[in-house]
Amino acid sequence: MLNFKRFISPLAGLLIACATFSASAAEVSVAVAANFTAPMKAIAAGFEKSTGHKVSLAFGATGKFYTQIRNGAPFDIFLSADDETPARLERENAIVPGSRFTYAIGKLALWSATPGYVDKSGTILSRAPFRHIAVASPKLAPYGAAAFETMSKLGVLDTIRPRIVQGENISQTYQFAATGNAELGFVALSQIYHNGKLTSGSAWIVPANLYSPIRQDAVILARGADNPAATALMKYLRSKKARAIMRSYGYDL
Amino acid sequence: MEEIGFDALWLTLWLALLTTSILLVLGTPIAWRLAHTRSCLKGPVCALVALPLVLPPTVLGFYLLVAMGPNGPVGKLTEAMGIGLLPFTFAGLVVASVIYSLPFVVQPLQNAFEAIGTAPLEAAATLRASPADTFFRVVLPLARPGYLTAAVMGFAHTVGEFGVVLMIGGNIPEKTRVLSIQIYDHVEALEYTQAHWLSAGMLAFSFTVLLLLYLTNPTVRK
Repeated sequence: MLNFKRFISPLAGLLIACATFSASAAEVSVAVAANFTAPMKAIAAGFEKSTGHKVSLAFGATGKFYTQIRNGAPFDIFLSADDETPARLERENAIVPGSRFTYAIGKLALWSATPGYVDKSGTILSRAPFRHIAVASPKLAPYGAAAFETMSKLGVLDTIRPRIVQGENISQTYQFAATGNAELGFVALSQIYHNGKLTSGSAWIVPANLYSPIRQDAVILARGADNPAATALMKYLRSKKARAIMRSYGYDL
Repeated sequence: MEEIGFDALWLTLWLALLTTSILLVLGTPIAWRLAHTRSCLKGPVCALVALPLVLPPTVLGFYLLVAMGPNGPVGKLTEAMGIGLLPFTFAGLVVASVIYSLPFVVQPLQNAFEAIGTAPLEAAATLRASPADTFFRVVLPLARPGYLTAAVMGFAHTVGEFGVVLMIGGNIPEKTRVLSIQIYDHVEALEYTQAHWLSAGMLAFSFTVLLLLYLTNPTVRK
């Protein structure tokens, strides 16, 4: 009995130490819209370094995250690809009131993995003999809706429609184009752009007047209400450092 | 109301029917060789056939997408043959489904052939039956339960396919938007009514198929 006590008290001490440690360095789990994958990885690394908090990231389609969150998914923060989904969560009282803000404005690009294939003004949409064009599902992904809006404003939607292949989210859409299976793809600029230039292939950055602005909102979800790391990360997203990273991937702020 | 998507239903049934037929023809010689060979290749070939059982469909889908794309070996071959590229086409889905459902057809057939053994074959040979005669008049009737299981499993597994189609299909109405993708789309878009219609139909269908299998197949009825 004595031995047992002797064994248990240092263990209890250790547990208490762990508990106090985790109070200062918490863990925050974040659902991130697929288009924000690359910048968020860089931002999370900077955040962990400067605050000591731990960040766990999950990437996917905004629509899917919505369903998961409504069904009890364990996320503290949601970085959406639109402003509508977070607003809907707000109406349904699933977020911390007043936590919603626009962290970035996304830009749409027409991209090909082949250098020199896409011209600087996007006329390729109405003339080139491409077989497939990859577009994200307009029902599930805001960049998909923006792409359809663009094609319809340019008056080419009906001629292009039979050649459209749909990705479930913007990452899959990029994958269709990156593997060359679709010659063209409407992707998020952030997927193909870093430090002021294209990372590969050729692209036309779609002018903002051809589609409604893709406002990307962030919210603290109800589950993250008392998580200090969640509050800290939301603050960090507004910091100069985080904004510089977003700008380097081509986001407007 | 958004339409439910019965096109997807017919497309799926057609895909499963075609895949199962191809697999029964293709799977018979493979299963036969595996059942009767003593070659050291038996192990590796069995492992290869069984791979789709354990691989995540996304792995299969990803490699198929890369291999059948314009820069992949299969893609270069199909383009040289004038077929064009397979991703985003119905033919591409058939090819993918055949690979994906291969073990579900080969394994029951192999088991059936192994259960028959060599005695009936030798008996038929002493009665001067040609190998083709033996196969059609001795082996096939004896392996009937195996064929039934193989056909039902191959069919049902193809109907239930999702990950592979998601990766290489491109979600094109009437060409590659199969039932599982259609249901997924409905659920993601919060169109639960339509999702329920298709899902409940799928559930009833799958149950009926399996029920028929168990009622009619003497080897699994026990």
